[in-house]
Amino acid sequence: MNLNGIDDTPKMSWWNRLAHPGQFLSWTRPLIWPLTAVSAALFLLGLWFAFFNSPADYQMGDTVRIMYVHVPTAWLSQFVYAAMAVSALGTLVWRHPLADVSMKAAAPLGAVFTAMALFTGSMWGRPTWGTFWEWDGRMTSTLILLFIYLGIIALWRAFDDQLRAARVVAVFTLVGAVNVPIIKFSVDWWSTLHQPASVFRADGPTMPGSLLTPLFVMFFAFTLLFVTLQLLAMHTEIRRRRLVTLERRAVRGETT
Amino acid sequence: MSGFLGVLRRELRLSFAGGGEVLTLVLFFIIVGAIVPFAIGPDRALLASIAPGIIWIAAFLAMLLGLDRLFRPDREDGTLVLYRLADMSMASVVAAKVIAHWLTTALPLIIASPFLAMILAMDGPTFARTVVSLLLGTPALAAFGAFGAAITVAIRRGGLLAPILIAPLCVPVLIFGVGAIAPLGGPDQASSAMLFLAALSLMALALSPFAAALAIDWGEE
Amino acid sequence: MTQGQVQQRINLRTQGLACGRGDTPLATDLSLSVPAGSALLLRGPNGVGKSTLLLTLAGLLHPLSGSIVFEGADPEAGPFIHHCGHRNAVRSRLTVLQTLKFWADINGPGDLSLATALDRVGLGRTADLDAAYLSAGQERRLVLARLLVSPRPVWLLDEPGAALDAAGRDLLATLLADHIERGGLAVIATHDDIALPQTATLTLGDRA
Repeated sequence: MNLNGIDDTPKMSWWNRLAHPGQFLSWTRPLIWPLTAVSAALFLLGLWFAFFNSPADYQMGDTVRIMYVHVPTAWLSQFVYAAMAVSALGTLVWRHPLADVSMKAAAPLGAVFTAMALFTGSMWGRPTWGTFWEWDGRMTSTLILLFIYLGIIALWRAFDDQLRAARVVAVFTLVGAVNVPIIKFSVDWWSTLHQPASVFRADGPTMPGSLLTPLFVMFFAFTLLFVTLQLLAMHTEIRRRRLVTLERRAVRGETT
Repeated sequence: MSGFLGVLRRELRLSFAGGGEVLTLVLFFIIVGAIVPFAIGPDRALLASIAPGIIWIAAFLAMLLGLDRLFRPDREDGTLVLYRLADMSMASVVAAKVIAHWLTTALPLIIASPFLAMILAMDGPTFARTVVSLLLGTPALAAFGAFGAAITVAIRRGGLLAPILIAPLCVPVLIFGVGAIAPLGGPDQASSAMLFLAALSLMALALSPFAAALAIDWGEE
Repeated sequence: MTQGQVQQRINLRTQGLACGRGDTPLATDLSLSVPAGSALLLRGPNGVGKSTLLLTLAGLLHPLSGSIVFEGADPEAGPFIHHCGHRNAVRSRLTVLQTLKFWADINGPGDLSLATALDRVGLGRTADLDAAYLSAGQERRLVLARLLVSPRPVWLLDEPGAALDAAGRDLLATLLADHIERGGLAVIATHDDIALPQTATLTLGDRA
């Protein structure tokens, strides 16, 4: 095992350079500040649009502006799970050494975005529905997704050996990925209360452009925020594993 | 085939020979159901309207209770190592265990369900649909449960984690299971719920042995 | 291996093998060669990695580096390794015979009948007793019966004589000698002396 405590014996050709944790750290470190800057810029732009340059909804009034946070976070909660599922495939099928780091880093981020989606949805629902919570299809599916995220985080923490945990968590993540459509289908079958999807429909978005522009800006802002945070989390995880390996070696009396 | 039957035979013997475990699970099932009227009041109309849900929840909880003894005792006494070196695939082992789990957990519950139906003021036709829905849906619970047990077998105190992990996966089973009994939308909805339930069980039974086998092998290495 | 098959002749070779738990190496840079018809005794203090090495050779743990090759092993013929660890996999509520039958079912039966195997290890009279009543030494003998009932060419034994009395250890030595004579190979971690022909010894623990 090398310094990083990660099995980085080369498996495939050019993957090799990307796969080495030290290389990964040095390649991506210069990306972080630019990514942060662009995310921040997009957020400022999106929020300016959201607050000052878009109309209030004729039914819901100014509260529709919550949508600019709710919809992107809801979409991200699923996108992050897809990223975790791809990382899980990377761990199991392609045996990429950093795939499990990516998978582990994404889980708390996904949980936070899902929780934000639920929170903003709840805030939006209060003036619209009259209650903080309605058991409608979308909110219920999102709540179940949050439980899955939290279960995955608990599973990571239950293992002492994170490398052994990686493949077990990957299997669970993929089984969850297969089940999420089934869960959504069953929850929708179970309830028909939520407002129908008004953004992405086969015949084009039904929302006027003035509402769409800030929405898309916020989409990109949040997605870029996720990418930045994911990179940071991966860096932290790699360093944490290095630390554990160094501590173990110190205990055994070795140096370096 | 002899290996598969051997595993099945052993599981059944271990469960029934002592006798106590199966009865304990059935007792838990009955008690969970019987506690509900103490919590919400004995109004018969109210009880009858939520009885299908209560029976399903009680069955779900009782099956969760039996999960830890699926793989953990084998891991502790060294049988899991034998399974990994045996002349049969781990998936076959898991499949035999899922069937045994269903026979020793779900089937006794279904046999005991008339008592629960009676004290929860359920009428005859509804109870008949309840039995069918339990027969169709509990295999899925057994299959998901085995998967959850396999994922957590390598964790020292993983017994509490398995129910947390598989509860989200079991939500569709609960939804369709109850939907098949007391539909608000009429008998068409009930039959489509039954079909979904059966499909879910078949899919879970087919796939969970393989997923569980992977989880066991990788958890041990 | 299934009934009636001729036992394969398998040689074990490792190259630069490092084994351990997690990413902590216990025994490193092992280049062993155990030909068919011979045995290797593993010696060394507790905790030095004998059990881990046996688990790694059995394929139950991933080697940290290096390679393990079983020359002459036919992948079509099914599993060819018997591993006996510290735990005996003997459970209460099953009789001795039922336990042995279960092991024979999952490992594939051989030419030896269950009753004969039990007699061979000296447990013939206990066949219908609940396995929980066996003493530690008798449980170990039952494990030896498992090796007899499903013949496999590679035996990896972790302190097989631990709970056995003098007669039991003689039995173990006899069974091992028969196994080696038939062309099988055995790797045995032990603190005892087992008198066997064609035996090499590897002592772990006096390495950096």
